[in-house]
Amino acid sequence: MNTTILGLSILELSYIVASVTFILGLKMLSSPDKARKGNLIAGYGMGLAIAATILFKEEFSADKWLNYSLILAGLVVGTVIGMRMAIKVKMTAMPQMVSFFNGMGGACAGVISLVEFDHLRHGGEISAGMLIVILLGLIIGSVSFSGSMIAYGKLEEKIADKALPAGQIINIGLLVAIFGLAGYLAFSGHLSMPLMYTLLILSLLYGVLFVMPIGGADMPVVISLLNSFTGMAAAFGGFLYGNQAMLTGGILVGSAGTILTVLMCTAMNRSLTNVIIGSFGGGGAASTKSG
Amino acid sequence: MEEILSLFYENREFIFLIIVSIFLGIEVISNVPAVLHTPLMSGANAIHGVVIIGSIIIMLQADPSNYYALILGFLAVILGTLNVVGGFVVTNRMLEMFKKKAK
Repeated sequence: MNTTILGLSILELSYIVASVTFILGLKMLSSPDKARKGNLIAGYGMGLAIAATILFKEEFSADKWLNYSLILAGLVVGTVIGMRMAIKVKMTAMPQMVSFFNGMGGACAGVISLVEFDHLRHGGEISAGMLIVILLGLIIGSVSFSGSMIAYGKLEEKIADKALPAGQIINIGLLVAIFGLAGYLAFSGHLSMPLMYTLLILSLLYGVLFVMPIGGADMPVVISLLNSFTGMAAAFGGFLYGNQAMLTGGILVGSAGTILTVLMCTAMNRSLTNVIIGSFGGGGAASTKSG
Repeated sequence: MEEILSLFYENREFIFLIIVSIFLGIEVISNVPAVLHTPLMSGANAIHGVVIIGSIIIMLQADPSNYYALILGFLAVILGTLNVVGGFVVTNRMLEMFKKKAK
């Protein structure tokens, strides 16, 4: 009994330390001479939070050897691939790499929602509030994933700018469908897995159609926007698990990312609405709209 | 409606934390110079990799016979690790370049 309380205390303490490193890291990242140190500090905080979660979140039981092996295997596989990609990438290809990793985080949030939804279906406690949190995590995570992948493809010049005729109307229609379906799932009490997958597919499609018409020169702004989306998705996860580290980390990125997106637009002398709706700019369709 | 209100009540401390964090996030980066926009974006990208904790929690809580949760959870751990490791390493490389330029 005492050991669990000790473990849980260490766990919560680690989350507080991690949250502080995230704040410090972001702060230092915005001043040129401290930026590198800030990145390292946040990295250590992240490592601490991950290690503490594995060690202290649940009491170790031998029946779960498969769970623990899969966690460690996943960490090793992810680290090896992530390191290789991050070290090999050319300096000029950095923005698309950021977009790629951002997409991975979005996908992670989406998958978490899928598992938790399934968990609720099998006898978990159901409340409309928690369902909404899970559904929003799925929607935002998936939009961020598919959007980031399209942004990645565009910057790698594997995907050309294409605007569907009446693209805005299709997008609005899709949004209505997504939120209608999410509302139905949240309030009808009908926890259907096929509907959940439909929601996933619609969200993925929305991410694709959202980024598709935006011109190449505006991509960094879009990546920054999607970055703050993933932050929000992470924060929904934090809300779901009552986890402070996820919550502060996610919200910080969500709000800092949104402001950063606006700052980037200002630096380019554009407005955010112009970037998103106008879809003119480097190589994109010409438009006469102006802010 | 009542359920949403009760969600609000049960999580009032978290909601408080969310609101404070939103303002903190805005405040903390508001003086960033334009050259640091991309590294800051990349650093923030690494920080939201904290979502990996969610995937670890899934794995810890999954029943060892629930293969749906185990397989998807395993996938989520890989995705989250990619976000964390890739994010921090890429940011570090970007900032390394800055240092050389400054000299």
